[in-house]
Amino acid sequence: MIALVINGERREVDVPPDTPLLWVVRDVLGLTGTKFGCGIAQCGACTVHLDGRPVRSCLLRVGSIGARAITTIEAIGATANGARLQQAWLDLEVIQCGYCQSGQLMSATALLNTVPRPTDADIDAAMAGNICRCGTYVRIREAIKTAAARV
Amino acid sequence: MGAPTSAAAPSDPSRRGLLSGAGALLVAVSLPLAGSRANAGRAAFAPNAFIRVDSNGDVTLVMPQVEMGQGVYTALSMILAEELDADWAKVKVEHAPPDEAHFANPMLGMQATGNSNSVRAFWTPLRKAGAAARACLVEAAARGWSVPAATCRTLDGAVIHDPTGRRAAYGDLAARAGAVTPPADPPLKDPASFRLIGRPLKRLDTPDKTNGAAKFGIDAMPPGVKFATLAQSPVLGGKVAHVDDAQARQVPGVRQIVVLDDLVAVVGDHMWAAKRGLDALKITWDDGPNGQVSTDEIWTRLRQASAREGAIAKDVGDIGRALEAGGVVAQTYEMPLLAHAPMEPVNCTVHVKPGAAEAWIGTQVLERVHAAVAKAAGLTESQVVVHNHLLGGGFGRKLEPDMAYQAARIATKVDGPVKVVWTREEDIRHDIYRPAYHDNLWARLENGRIAAWKHRISGSAVMARFLPPAFQKGVDVDGVDSAVDIPYDIPNLRVEFNREEPPGVITGFWRGVGPNNNVFAIESFIDELARQAGQDPVAFRRAHLDKSPRLRAALDLVVQQSGWGTPLPPRCGRGISVQPSFASFIATVVECAVDSAGEVALRRVTTAVDTGIAVNPDTIVAQLQGGIIFGLSAALYGEITLERGRVQQSNFHDYRVLRIDQTPPIDVHLIKSAEPPGGIGETGTTASIPALRNAIYAATGVPLRRMPIDRSLLAAKS
Repeated sequence: MIALVINGERREVDVPPDTPLLWVVRDVLGLTGTKFGCGIAQCGACTVHLDGRPVRSCLLRVGSIGARAITTIEAIGATANGARLQQAWLDLEVIQCGYCQSGQLMSATALLNTVPRPTDADIDAAMAGNICRCGTYVRIREAIKTAAARV
Repeated sequence: MGAPTSAAAPSDPSRRGLLSGAGALLVAVSLPLAGSRANAGRAAFAPNAFIRVDSNGDVTLVMPQVEMGQGVYTALSMILAEELDADWAKVKVEHAPPDEAHFANPMLGMQATGNSNSVRAFWTPLRKAGAAARACLVEAAARGWSVPAATCRTLDGAVIHDPTGRRAAYGDLAARAGAVTPPADPPLKDPASFRLIGRPLKRLDTPDKTNGAAKFGIDAMPPGVKFATLAQSPVLGGKVAHVDDAQARQVPGVRQIVVLDDLVAVVGDHMWAAKRGLDALKITWDDGPNGQVSTDEIWTRLRQASAREGAIAKDVGDIGRALEAGGVVAQTYEMPLLAHAPMEPVNCTVHVKPGAAEAWIGTQVLERVHAAVAKAAGLTESQVVVHNHLLGGGFGRKLEPDMAYQAARIATKVDGPVKVVWTREEDIRHDIYRPAYHDNLWARLENGRIAAWKHRISGSAVMARFLPPAFQKGVDVDGVDSAVDIPYDIPNLRVEFNREEPPGVITGFWRGVGPNNNVFAIESFIDELARQAGQDPVAFRRAHLDKSPRLRAALDLVVQQSGWGTPLPPRCGRGISVQPSFASFIATVVECAVDSAGEVALRRVTTAVDTGIAVNPDTIVAQLQGGIIFGLSAALYGEITLERGRVQQSNFHDYRVLRIDQTPPIDVHLIKSAEPPGGIGETGTTASIPALRNAIYAATGVPLRRMPIDRSLLAAKS
């Protein structure tokens, strides 16, 4: 059994240690908000936080996590920046299909956690790993700035 | 609003419309205003398939079109709620079940979402459905109060009788309204009195998409579900020859290996077990007939075919004589095979039980999925329940039921529900691809105007497979869309379609469909003709738009908003495109810079649109922004190639798409209009590709004639 701390709860899972966290949260624990997009850390749909830092859960092996705190989209609204960004996402009507948006919000939250007033260059650097096929980038940029301005 | 739920119900007998005519799909079926079985007994008042009013005042609207990001659940709900005068805060939406009799798209004649026509097709039927329901509620109130119905009005989910100051909420009237026969042809509102339509209302589907609660097909978790992934022949159309599964069976969590003639699936406790099991299989494939197919061969065949005369789709004036006069300009343009790559990889969950089956999916073709699951499981459709979900992007990939048929075939071998998820690599390598096209264009200029125009489109006829009635006498109505209705005023005009299928490759619809290819070819050629005529690309277009005042107005607006004609730095350019596609009139300017190595940077995009009545203007802006980015991705990077029958791309590293750091500001300007609504979902994609191509032409003088852009042609000559 591998013990994990996910969204503040201790969970035990019976999977091989090389199992990527993505499939543990989705298939074993049923937290389906975190999405599978590419499996090779190219698209960012699977982004979660490890001690507040963004990681691609499709390549993160559960055996390597230890006691570090995992946060998924289901719990990001409990953080100040997460909630602020969720609201900005709705106020600016960022979302189209929504499939990539869990990952977008996780990356954006991590950005605001370290850079409270990001520039365009900061946003590009933090968000370029998250693909959106619907093409919501223009509004993502605007929503991050809106959320940052509300602090 | 909560997550949409699925109204699962057996299907009514399917009913298909006939299609005819070139250039547009005609209205083929009318929707019955009677209730559907899915609604029966589920609410106090359910006057038709689209509306239920509960006694607590909740209004549930059943969505005949699927939500894949285009905002259609909100737009269709606004149309229904407008005529119903529902309280918008009490509106809930629900996915329609497979039921072609009640939910067929009137413009497609089948239960499908595509061709940017959801609002166009359902505009009148849903207005009538809402108005008929409203009439029943008014009648019920009027009878209760013993007043004439005509003296009552409705507002925000209530009937109001001003002379006596009485008011009754819809919920309180619901039970009695059920006894009123809905009028067949209720009066519709004067658009001037619309209270919801035309406002940028918040989308109904987005709150759950910010917190992980939204359920896409891939999120279906029926109790006891197992997880599967699969391998199909690397050579398109190949079969399984032999499987050695000794090592795969040793992988922890692997439960079962399913070998079918064309695929091998591994079923496990989770996707990782299935994936590791798959990787441990030793599969020998029988390549079949396509083992030597290459993109080079596809292009050679297509170019050879383009020498043939095609089937005539449109013939105006005397093209033969008009082109004989000499001075003909001839050019060719090509578009590549493309994959769809929606963010949600292809998937379907199926549970086959004795005498029954249940499926979970997000699809654009619910009834086709229903039929496919039934066929694969050897059941009748009445034995199969399909739950539709939100789609994590569609773009045409989910107009195909192949993944459902396949998942159901796997599920017949599995005890309990199985979720079949393709890896991204399978998704890219076994797509149903946007066809490659080769377009020949000929024109003759006379005194700076186009006197003659011939357009020959050579490529796959998607309709011949997808909807055979729309392929008649050698002409694919989609393949010639936006070419037969070219907006320019040209006295001698011929459009031909030349069907040539790529060996081994199945082709399908891709965002922008036929107009994508045709608008690219037309707008590229027009730019070259303008240069030949010594005219500014805008002025040249404008001079030919006398018969398209709506498009000309869009052109004028985009010129004004984009800074057209103002100075730019060296190797920067602006390109224009105009299009009448999907019954929307759009003019777009892309501004780009090309560096000395030939790399293209996007500086700015401006677009002006007359889409008729804008049901939800903010959604229209969003669709154009997104559609433009989708098109720019394809123009900059998109190409599927084959060698030895195998697709060479596999994931987002080699099938690249635009990212946020490459995305320019995109300004969308709406033109107010009282015309009926046009289509919007695909228009930005169609617009942006030729606009970028023409911007590069302006920046470098290099007339690109193939997509995606070839940077080697754009490098600065030293």
